[in-house]
Amino acid sequence: MKNRLKGREEENVKKTFGDDTVIARDPEMSHKEEKLKIISEEFVENEDGEAEKLKKKLKVQKQKRRKQIRKLMLREVKEGRDQIQVFLTSSLSTAPHRCLPKLQDTGLEEQLEGTANLGFQQEHQERSESNLLSMAIRKGPRNLPPIPSTSRTGFAEFSMRERMREKLKAARSKAESALLQEIPSPKPRHFVSLREEEMTGFEEEPGKNVLREPQDKDSQRSTRVRFQDSGRKLKFKPQVPPGFPSAEEAYNFFTFNFDPEPEKDETKDKKREESNQEVEEGEEEEEKPTYEEQAEKMDEEELINKKEANDFLLDLDQTIHDFLELRAAEYESIHVIKQKEKEILFRPSSLTGIGYYRNKNIFSLLISQERKWFGDDGRILALPNPIKQFSTRPPIFSPEEGIEAGLEILYKKAVNSVPNNQYIVGSGDSLGQFQLDIDISGLIFTHHPCFSREHVLASKLAQLYDQHLARRQRNQTKFLTDKLNALRNAVHTHPDFTKTHGPGHTAQESMKKYKFDIRQTRRLRDAEEEKDRILLKTIIKVWKEMKSLRDFQKFTNTPIKLFLRKEEVDWKIDEKVFETEIQAETDELLEEHMEEYEKIMEEYNTAYQKWKTWKKTQRNKKKKKKATEDQEEATEGSEYGEEPVKPTPPEPVDRSTIEQQVRERALHRRRKPGEPILIPELSLAGSVTPIELCPRAEILRREDVKKRSVFLKVLFNNKEVSRTVSRQIGMDFRVHFGQIFNLQIHNWPESLTLQVYETAGYGSNNLLAEVFLPIPETTVFTGRASIEEIEFSSNQHVTLDHEGVGSGEPFSFEADGSNKIILMTSGKVSHSVAWAVGENGIPLIPPASQQSTGIRRRIDAIASIGASGLADMKKLAKWAAESKLDPNDPNNASLMQLITVATSGDTYVPEFFRLEQLQQEFNFISDEELNRSKRFRLLHLRTLEVPEFRNFKQVPIYDREIMEKVFQDYEKRIRDRGIIETKDHLDTHRAIVAKYLQQVRESVINRFLIARHHFLLSDLVVEEDVPNISILGVSLFKLAEQKRPLKPRRKGRKKVPAQNLSDGDIKLLVNILRAYDIPVRKPISSKLQQPSRSSRPFSETLVTSPSMQSPAHILDNVLNQVLVRPFVEVSFQRTVCHTTTAEGPNPSWNEELELPFRAPNSDYSTTSMQSVKDDIFINIFDEVLYDILEDDRERGSGIHTRIERHWLGSVRIPFSTLYFQGRIDGTFKIDIPPVLLGYSKERNIINERGFDSVRSLSDGTYITFFMTIEPHLVSGESVREKFDSQEDEKLLQATEKFHVECALKFPKRQCLTTVTNLSGKTVFITRYLRPLNPPQELLDMYPNNPQATAELVARYVALIPFLPDSVSFNGICDLWSTSDQFLDLLAGDEEEHAVLLCNYFLALGKKAWLVMGSAIPEGPTAYVLTWEQSQYLIWNPCSGHFYGQFDTFCPLKSVGCLISPDNIWFNIQRYDSPMRINFDITKPKLWKSFFSRSLPYPGLSSVQPEELIYQSTDKVAAAELQDRIEKILKEKIMEWRPRHMTRWNRYCTSTLRHFLPLLEKNQGKDVEEDHRAELLRQLGDYRFSGFPIHMAFSEVKPLIETVYSTGVHNIDISNVEFALAVYVHAYPKNVLSVWIYVASLVRNK
Amino acid sequence: MAAANPTVFMVMVNGQVESGQFPEFNDLYCKYCFVYGQDWVPTAGLEEGISQITSKSQDIHRTLVWNFPIDITFKSTNPYGWPQIVISVYGPDVFGNDVVRGYGAVHVPFIPGRHKRTIPMFVPESTSKLQKLTSWFMGRRPEYTDPKLVAQGEGREVTRVRSQGFVTLLLNVVTKDMKKLGYDTSSLELHTSSVIDLSEGILK
Repeated sequence: MKNRLKGREEENVKKTFGDDTVIARDPEMSHKEEKLKIISEEFVENEDGEAEKLKKKLKVQKQKRRKQIRKLMLREVKEGRDQIQVFLTSSLSTAPHRCLPKLQDTGLEEQLEGTANLGFQQEHQERSESNLLSMAIRKGPRNLPPIPSTSRTGFAEFSMRERMREKLKAARSKAESALLQEIPSPKPRHFVSLREEEMTGFEEEPGKNVLREPQDKDSQRSTRVRFQDSGRKLKFKPQVPPGFPSAEEAYNFFTFNFDPEPEKDETKDKKREESNQEVEEGEEEEEKPTYEEQAEKMDEEELINKKEANDFLLDLDQTIHDFLELRAAEYESIHVIKQKEKEILFRPSSLTGIGYYRNKNIFSLLISQERKWFGDDGRILALPNPIKQFSTRPPIFSPEEGIEAGLEILYKKAVNSVPNNQYIVGSGDSLGQFQLDIDISGLIFTHHPCFSREHVLASKLAQLYDQHLARRQRNQTKFLTDKLNALRNAVHTHPDFTKTHGPGHTAQESMKKYKFDIRQTRRLRDAEEEKDRILLKTIIKVWKEMKSLRDFQKFTNTPIKLFLRKEEVDWKIDEKVFETEIQAETDELLEEHMEEYEKIMEEYNTAYQKWKTWKKTQRNKKKKKKATEDQEEATEGSEYGEEPVKPTPPEPVDRSTIEQQVRERALHRRRKPGEPILIPELSLAGSVTPIELCPRAEILRREDVKKRSVFLKVLFNNKEVSRTVSRQIGMDFRVHFGQIFNLQIHNWPESLTLQVYETAGYGSNNLLAEVFLPIPETTVFTGRASIEEIEFSSNQHVTLDHEGVGSGEPFSFEADGSNKIILMTSGKVSHSVAWAVGENGIPLIPPASQQSTGIRRRIDAIASIGASGLADMKKLAKWAAESKLDPNDPNNASLMQLITVATSGDTYVPEFFRLEQLQQEFNFISDEELNRSKRFRLLHLRTLEVPEFRNFKQVPIYDREIMEKVFQDYEKRIRDRGIIETKDHLDTHRAIVAKYLQQVRESVINRFLIARHHFLLSDLVVEEDVPNISILGVSLFKLAEQKRPLKPRRKGRKKVPAQNLSDGDIKLLVNILRAYDIPVRKPISSKLQQPSRSSRPFSETLVTSPSMQSPAHILDNVLNQVLVRPFVEVSFQRTVCHTTTAEGPNPSWNEELELPFRAPNSDYSTTSMQSVKDDIFINIFDEVLYDILEDDRERGSGIHTRIERHWLGSVRIPFSTLYFQGRIDGTFKIDIPPVLLGYSKERNIINERGFDSVRSLSDGTYITFFMTIEPHLVSGESVREKFDSQEDEKLLQATEKFHVECALKFPKRQCLTTVTNLSGKTVFITRYLRPLNPPQELLDMYPNNPQATAELVARYVALIPFLPDSVSFNGICDLWSTSDQFLDLLAGDEEEHAVLLCNYFLALGKKAWLVMGSAIPEGPTAYVLTWEQSQYLIWNPCSGHFYGQFDTFCPLKSVGCLISPDNIWFNIQRYDSPMRINFDITKPKLWKSFFSRSLPYPGLSSVQPEELIYQSTDKVAAAELQDRIEKILKEKIMEWRPRHMTRWNRYCTSTLRHFLPLLEKNQGKDVEEDHRAELLRQLGDYRFSGFPIHMAFSEVKPLIETVYSTGVHNIDISNVEFALAVYVHAYPKNVLSVWIYVASLVRNK
Repeated sequence: MAAANPTVFMVMVNGQVESGQFPEFNDLYCKYCFVYGQDWVPTAGLEEGISQITSKSQDIHRTLVWNFPIDITFKSTNPYGWPQIVISVYGPDVFGNDVVRGYGAVHVPFIPGRHKRTIPMFVPESTSKLQKLTSWFMGRRPEYTDPKLVAQGEGREVTRVRSQGFVTLLLNVVTKDMKKLGYDTSSLELHTSSVIDLSEGILK
């Protein structure tokens, strides 16, 4: 700042003293700087000392509140000091610049008026000034420096220091009357008044003194004078009197604290410039007094402050706390104010003559109060809203019940929301609001449609005049002339210019340079002069035109008048100057020309020489060639052609001609000698013809103008933020607004636009033009910004019917209409845009970082050092620090500011790009913290439907309540994703498979995730279909049907989507009807042997056989007691229900059982339901009553029996089957263990009564039941998605066509042409069929028995565990795996089994087809059909059983299509039951083939491998597994019997263990009798009940479930013993057959 | 899994399904049930109920008054899934078939105290004019597969509904331990706390 000031001073000095003045102040300045610190420190000490004194005195008076007061006083004193400092600095700093010039003459009010005219921009200035003034005035009269030096010069003697001391003294005097004696004058008021009079006299004097005695080196000279001098002229070398601070020191001291109020200085400066001319003379006289006043006013202020403080203190009766609070509010009691008023306003009455002081005083009072009442902007300081924050009254709750608590209206104060500047990237901490002050002072039309011709000329004239003024101010001509003179002087005085040539090389160089400069300057000057002259001429010309126009039209519209002031010049001097100038110029030109001439001569000479030589050679040649032939001439023609032109010697330069030229030019351009200097002066003094005297057209025009008004809209970022008032256009087409708009902004502005609107009469607003304002640099602050004019123009065409020339319309000044000109509406807006400065002096500018987010704007600070494009502030700051940039250099000021802003950390430049910049807004907690919260994690995982947490209930509210183990499973699963866990699976291979399945499943789930959340209307709304004819017919038929039909049918039920169900809503209904052929108890004595049926060959098995049992035998049985007392027990999810006990081998129960269903995790969504793997077991038990009455004598009085139940067999139905089928209805074969000790399948002839001709076709026990889920659940739909395919497009089209055709005829029959493979692609189904080799091991078993081999193969396939796709793949789709995949997975559903079996059969050379149809209980399924010796066999691939075509108990109920490796046949027969259809596919009337003559089989390659490779299974592993299963099962059984001891009979176990391999070998046939005999022999004294269970092995869990369902463990006889044996037989490819033999033994007494 | 007895807050709701306004229909009965999130457990009271059939009053308002009491207590660990009461109104059509006359749902108020809620009711629309006719004829209007659907957002985009009448509920809500767990819902407390906040700001 100081430097800037310095710079300005220098400029000033330059102006006044010309260029030559050397400024050599800087060393002094630095010196001063050092000192000033010391001085300021002194001051501090000094004042503190004073404060101490003061404090002591106060102590005497007010001991109680000593501490508070001390603090306060200290602060007050300090504040006072600060103020003084600040004030002094400002006033002093302005002093050298001759500010406040008018103060003396015009008085304050005048001054204000004057400034007001300057528009708003000066308001600041005014304010600051008036502030200054007021302070000065307030002080001025108040206290007189008590140093009694009466002489005027002596007055200047006391230094600032003394002054301060005095101030404090005065303060003390005010504070306590007891201290009055310290003040030299007992009546200060008088003194003051005296002082004032003195001052008035003084005001004229001191300046003169200074001027008068400039050479006075006396140490007595006042510091002030010195200071002023030094500040201004630096001519005097001030000598510092010892003990006193030198002028420089003082100056420095006061200028030191500059920065807080920079704008004052600025405004002063500006003002100075504006009033420059006036101030020039006599200003020094004025200056000093004001200065003095200023100096005094600080005393005053200090005083008042002190006083205030004291009064204030005395009034205080409050605690520290209260006091502090009040302090902030600047409370002042009315008493104090009054007193102050009295003090200040009192005096003027005695000084009636001097209104100046009075005014000042009043104003100063105002201002002094204004400090509290008014803000910086001149508005009253007030809270934004006088309404209290909250009501002082306690809230009243309405007694009425009617108003709900939630709806009660509460008053809430509208609070200014904190601006959301966070929307800006990286704005970091709050930056608050920023303010942009837009000052629109006025608008001048340079052309307007309503301009009369005169106006046009006037504006032209005004423009020209402006131009002229501008030129004159710059005074280029003068400057250039001076420069030229200086240069010439330099050339002339240059030593040894002509003499020394050699050593003066550099001198010569510089001489050359000088000359060059001279030439340049001269040229420039000439041009400038010419321009000046032309301008002048034009001005005169325009003025003349205007005059003639006025004469012509006989009225004047504009007050413009041009005066030409002639300045007479001394003709002789002028002439002389002119002549010398011409001479000099001529000389120079001559010299120039001479040089040129020499150069040309040189060139000429060389050229001439050349020419000469050439000529010579030419001549020689010619001589030679005269003799030679002619034809050579042609070739040499070219040589002749090159003949150089003979150079002509240049003409020597003639001085006289040059002089002539110069003269001519000079006459043309320059003022002739003696011609008076014409200075045009434009004034507005002319009178405008009053409206009455004007012709009609002109009157119209003027009226039109009157109607028009203009206003401006301020658009910030293309949004209107405010608009000025609408002002009428004056006759002079100037509009004064003088409005300031404070824009509170948050972001760096993108654009600032002013829109000029014109309103004519009551018409609508008409947008004239847009003016784009430049966004100010960050260094432009309010108060410092200069008013700028921006031109605008509009392209509107306006034609008017009066004198107005219109806009965009041609018009002419000539009477004949020639010389047309077209003018467009244009004008200038004078405005200033600047950044506001906050209360604490901080400029309210958005940080630079914001700039880059908006329009890419470079800060000039950086650009000024030539490094545009620098964005990294930190680096810049670093560079600035390293390069030791001079912070005082005004050129660097903006850069330094930028750096300080950048390094202070206010700005935060993001080093990243962020897409979702608002995201941060919503992060109320960091991600890490969020992740650390167990609760949030749990909630998150639950939302993600991670299986472990899908239905997690009641997530605890506190983290501490969530056990760490909650996550353990999940984390383990995540961790183990890649690791294969063998522990659960007992078998590595299966573990791998399980993992693989899991992965496939996950990927499939992901694929169908979207489809799952896709709802159809039918999912949500139940709506009846639009009835078609058939339905209508049926419903009509229904009307007629019986209400209670004899054979009731089950009605369809509504389907319920599973998602809205909860626990207990779903029930399993099982209706057990009856059973057939239940094994009966065998009397131990019975020796009847019967060959087992199953050992018979096919032919025999399938041929209807009559009863082979002898009637005698039957009778024997009949005569026995009850054969069997069976009951059915249904167990599901460990819930058990059982029927009552019936009697006989063909019982009929007809009972309905109800079992609750519980979904895993209580999640009843479709997906979860589909993945329920639970099985429904339907077990048949025989209830055996044992009489355990020990004493026969009690038989009469009591019954003591024990009920035992013996497991006979079971049917197992997966829940998924039921879920997808909806209901299962039919007769099923009961799975009866091959060995059922104590029971035999005796035919009960009596019961059968000859009906058995059909039933006895198949052996086994059957049960009829109906099973369903209540309510009817909607099963998951298949995917509504088409898969991509690698099949031929034609083929796919054909399949679609085939489908459509088939569906048209038989919509319910299953037709399958394409299936989805594991990778989700559609594959044509025949590609799955291909002969594949069964394991060699199986083929080797019965080499000569193809039937046995076939059965074995079927058994092998059945041993592969069944896993429905719906379970593995959530029922979304049916995926077909190839046979090798199937064997690898060792799990699959019917299709895979059927395909594999079919492929094996094909390999065995059988005719085999895949049958797609529906069966019970599976529903839509796949079976295998083979052609065997003139009959068809239907194979169930999952059980390994086969049925003849006409077997009644064949589970396959309908046939949809047959598939062979090369074709598909769709069943188009009337019936679809296998018993009723013809399987002859050659008949096209019965079977519709896919490939036919029209579409021949293209020879599709199979997706199956060429052959299957089987690894022989590891027997050791199987044995190991066997042991483990046995162990697990034993443990389980013991677990199930918690109340009893479980004893294991080892002997029996080992016996059973030996027996099991035999069973495996015979596939459970033909062993019963042997086994029984064996057991009897070994365990003679035990009652034995047990059975072997055969299963395919997949996991341990199903085994456990099966064992559990048999209920072996339920025997609770005290002395029961158990036996359990497990045998695992390993087939190739790790297919395991598991036998479990469970038995209970009771020792016979 | 989680602690056996996690800290819970309780919400007790009692009140009644007061009345309904179905200008076109008469002899209606209503059912209510609650839909709540996974963290909520009803501890006492009835989760669902079915009211008597009521006829229109004879006065000018022609309201259907049920005054069917609701009384249920929930405990929860999480305000997420705050219980909603789902009301569905049924009544006979011209042919005497029971058809749905409106579905509606509203959250149980958060703020303890007495609340009156008027729920606009709506029914799903038929997919076509023909269906509308047949459904009217056959007495089987389209209805939601589950009334609880109206308390959910998922899948609603496939349905079209028509508004039909209002049902007024009166609910008295009592909460326990909400504040203790950091959920401040009472309006009174909100008020005072905001005042405190403001004054704090002033003091600062």
